[in-house]
Amino acid sequence: MGWLGRTINSSIGKKFIMAFTGISLILFLLFHLAGNLTLYAGKDAFNAYVATLDTVKPIVRIVEVGLALVFLFHIFNGIKLWIENKKARPVNYAVNGSSKNSTFYSRTMIHSGSIILIFLILHLTTFWATFNFTGHPVDGSHEYFDIIIYFFQKWWYALIYFIAMILLGFHLNHGFQSAFQTFGWNHNKYFPMIQKIGSIYAIVVAVGFGSLPVYFYLSSVLGGN
Amino acid sequence: MDEKNLNLTLKIWRQAGPTSVGSFQDFKVSVSEDSSILEMIDDLNNELEGDGKEPVTFESDCREGICGTCGLVINGQPHGPIPKIATCQLHMRNFKNGDTIWIEPFRAKAFPIIKDLMVDRSGFDRIMESGGYVSVNTGGVPDANEIPISKDVAAEAFDAAACIGCGACVAACKNASAMLFVSAKVSQFSLLPQGQPERYDRVQKMVMKMDEMGFGSCTNTYACEAECPKGISIKNIARMNRDYIKARATSENLEV
Ligand code: HEM
Ligand code: SF4
Ligand code: FES
Repeated sequence: MGWLGRTINSSIGKKFIMAFTGISLILFLLFHLAGNLTLYAGKDAFNAYVATLDTVKPIVRIVEVGLALVFLFHIFNGIKLWIENKKARPVNYAVNGSSKNSTFYSRTMIHSGSIILIFLILHLTTFWATFNFTGHPVDGSHEYFDIIIYFFQKWWYALIYFIAMILLGFHLNHGFQSAFQTFGWNHNKYFPMIQKIGSIYAIVVAVGFGSLPVYFYLSSVLGGN
Repeated sequence: MDEKNLNLTLKIWRQAGPTSVGSFQDFKVSVSEDSSILEMIDDLNNELEGDGKEPVTFESDCREGICGTCGLVINGQPHGPIPKIATCQLHMRNFKNGDTIWIEPFRAKAFPIIKDLMVDRSGFDRIMESGGYVSVNTGGVPDANEIPISKDVAAEAFDAAACIGCGACVAACKNASAMLFVSAKVSQFSLLPQGQPERYDRVQKMVMKMDEMGFGSCTNTYACEAECPKGISIKNIARMNRDYIKARATSENLEV
């Protein structure tokens, strides 16, 4: 292995990949959230937003390829690190004292991440596939707002979506500040601020995305749209 | 003398050798509040030896929190429940009458158990040998303040140098990562002028050795900092990450 391979495969190198891809995903989520919130402005606003994205399709496609790579690296490395770290502690303690020295969020990154992964697969095979290719599951139309309503009316879909977004919030609550620590940006003055911004960001993302299935499911049950 | 005794149940890990299967053994003890936890095990061992039984093997040396030899996991926490002390400084007054206390060895692939509560921490020595020094031949005694160092920097380097190499950070980390230890040993030099010539070589060699020894990698749970008897800061880990990546990107040395 050359110096670059050894760097990427070192413990700190792998962490850098986690942090770099994690921060990229954090930035992506901001744009994604801003777009999704047009759903609250009603059918026309959302459809217009998706139509605007359609006018720059080649750029969207390039971003999607980049995003896919970022996700793959993040997921592959995350699982690899988890397996390696399990091997470094082959026998567990009889008494688990970890709640006394670390946060719940920090200890469950693999669990929150795995739920996000399951959600991601569901998300791509439903919203992404219908928006881009197959159209509305019933009539094949590309009425984007109606597609959203179609899925969010199913209680189980709304529920999985909601739970995954709460866990995404957990992931980000630890992940945001963790990425800064990984990059070496831990300073007495700024780090407490970064930790707070990370928690606020996590709440905004969890509430922003997570409220959508709740809102649309409830309004379908209560009869209004 | 008004001495209060505590009646405790101890569950102590017993393992005959590195490859034997171990298990917890129960002991009932009555111990003075003023006793340290190691003195309690000393008493227990005296009794066991008196009965012709095998005493509990554990390590200790200075018994004043400076050598880093003692290291037990007490109720799931390395060095026990009180922050910023070593096992030898833990007194029984911190427990209550009737308590059950679980005493386990450090658990990490890189710290194999030798016997009972004693583990082999020579992995730390291998890391130190790989770069944890300054290669300057000693000459005459230099004048004081020949090299000016600001008070803040000197204090930060000293804080890093306070690491006693006990291994509690590894024991506390869910990944058995040695990042806090290694970062303290890297920082104590990289902060000071004397450490500069080897700064970037050192960090690469020590991290490489750390990975090779089978320690896990850091997931920033900060459990190490919470359990470290010397309060070593995770800012040292941030500094090491910074130095490491800079070294990997810019050093001319293609061997490491
Ligand atoms: C949009 C989705 C995601 C975002 C924004 C995100 C963000 C982050 C961030 C910022 C970190 C911290 C990096 C660091 O500690 O330096 C992280 C760590 C982690 N992520 Fe994600 N992540 C996402 C999805 C996933 C998925 C799908 C998995 C699937 C396995 C995953 C698994 C992990 C694991 C295991 C860690 C801990 C790695 C470590 O500390 O060594 N993440 N993530
Ligand atoms: S960093 Fe703290 S816990 Fe780790 S070896 Fe040094 S003194 Fe012990
Ligand atoms: S015996 Fe030396 S630190 Fe505890």
